[in-house]
Amino acid sequence: MSWFELIGFGPNGRGGILLIATLVTLLVTLASLAIGAFFGSLVAAAKLSQSRTARLIGTSYTTLFRGAPELLIIYLVYFGGSHAMTAIGHLFNVEGFLGMPSFMAGALAVGLISGAYQSEVYRGAFNAISKGEIDAARSIGMSRWLLFRRIIIPQVLRFSLPGLGNVWQLSLKDSTLVSVTGLAELMRTTQKSAGSTHQYFVFYVLCGCLYLVLTFLSDRVFGVAERRVALSFRQSIKR
Amino acid sequence: MDFEFLAHVFQELIAAVPMTLALFVTSVSLGAVFAVGLTAMRASHNRFMNGFARAYVFVFRGSPLLVQLFLIYYGLGQFAAVRASFVWPVLRDPFSCAVLALALCTAAYQAEIMRGGLQAVPEGEIDAARSIGMSGFLLLRRIIAPIATRHALPAYSTEIVLMVKSTALASLVTVWEVTGVAQRLITQTYRTMEVFLVAVIIYLLINLVVIKLLSMFEAYLSPHLRARPPVLVAVPQTAETGTR
Repeated sequence: MSWFELIGFGPNGRGGILLIATLVTLLVTLASLAIGAFFGSLVAAAKLSQSRTARLIGTSYTTLFRGAPELLIIYLVYFGGSHAMTAIGHLFNVEGFLGMPSFMAGALAVGLISGAYQSEVYRGAFNAISKGEIDAARSIGMSRWLLFRRIIIPQVLRFSLPGLGNVWQLSLKDSTLVSVTGLAELMRTTQKSAGSTHQYFVFYVLCGCLYLVLTFLSDRVFGVAERRVALSFRQSIKR
Repeated sequence: MDFEFLAHVFQELIAAVPMTLALFVTSVSLGAVFAVGLTAMRASHNRFMNGFARAYVFVFRGSPLLVQLFLIYYGLGQFAAVRASFVWPVLRDPFSCAVLALALCTAAYQAEIMRGGLQAVPEGEIDAARSIGMSGFLLLRRIIAPIATRHALPAYSTEIVLMVKSTALASLVTVWEVTGVAQRLITQTYRTMEVFLVAVIIYLLINLVVIKLLSMFEAYLSPHLRARPPVLVAVPQTAETGTR
């Protein structure tokens, strides 16, 4: 079988499942970005808080999830989650091993890591808001919540866009490690196709190219988003 | 908490630390050598060299390390020509494949950092050095390299710490470093949390030592930013103060 037939969309080709797998990779990364946004904003708030304990918790979170290898965190979430589910299953008289769904485990693990990086992005963005704006909002009598919603959130989102682009790229690459949980994302599907056809080289090259396309395109998307957002800034900041 | 079990895990994982360190040190140094070459190519005016360096950085930064590792370990070994050639002893061995993949990947990141450092060298300093007759290697050694290194070091430290974590991927091609051993222990004992905690502590300790060493190097390179030692002024003892 020729290489083109192998990676094509014919009856023997693997093009179809690889394309679906690419979609799964995108979905895992999107889910992890959302989970990371949740943890990241909480951790950023903890780090910016007045309370010493909260700051300590925030810093420990970042140290842990940025310092530990990604693979180890995926093992922790996948095996730890599966054990927890098995234990819960026993409570309800469900016998045997219950595996944590691999999509959930993968998205959660990559999300936890992404959260550590996102917290730094949000913290930096918050610090970039000029203090005058917050004072001005207070002086016209905005409540804390209104100030948060009208002044802080919109600016944090704008300032954090370039940083989020970097985190997205990191998560996209971290998502390859989710393959160890057996989720049929791009990496795992490539491994399977390569193994069953013994055409390792062509499949791994194709897989690398697909990731290059993904990173290149997401770079473009974030570039467009940044330019759009820049329109709402004053001219002096835009340059 | 079961301290006996923790001690057992600690012993098993510590035994794997030399492997992690070996992967780390060899790949970072090999990567630095590649990166210097890439930076030189990127700085050259030759369009082919420049284009190659750009493409290299694009490919190795844009694709995941795991794909690069598997391509080298599984992909290249597929060809009979490779298996018959002199590189086969290197590509057959999981350890050297892991080092090669890690080095090729970090080279792309390191080259970008070095390029940034070079761009930070002020034009005026180079002109000044040229005007007093420095050129070539002397100019590079005395003016460009120290300034560029100083500027690049913070980003370089980040990249090196990331490399400590990246060595974990070697376990996926059967190199038994800390994460690989941790994974084996987890599947053998089903005690995820304890094993994870010990492994994380080991990685954090390695990171701490690496960061400390790098910040010492950074302090050594930037004496002009250090606080000046307090100047002691001797108070003259006059006859007047002495008598009172």
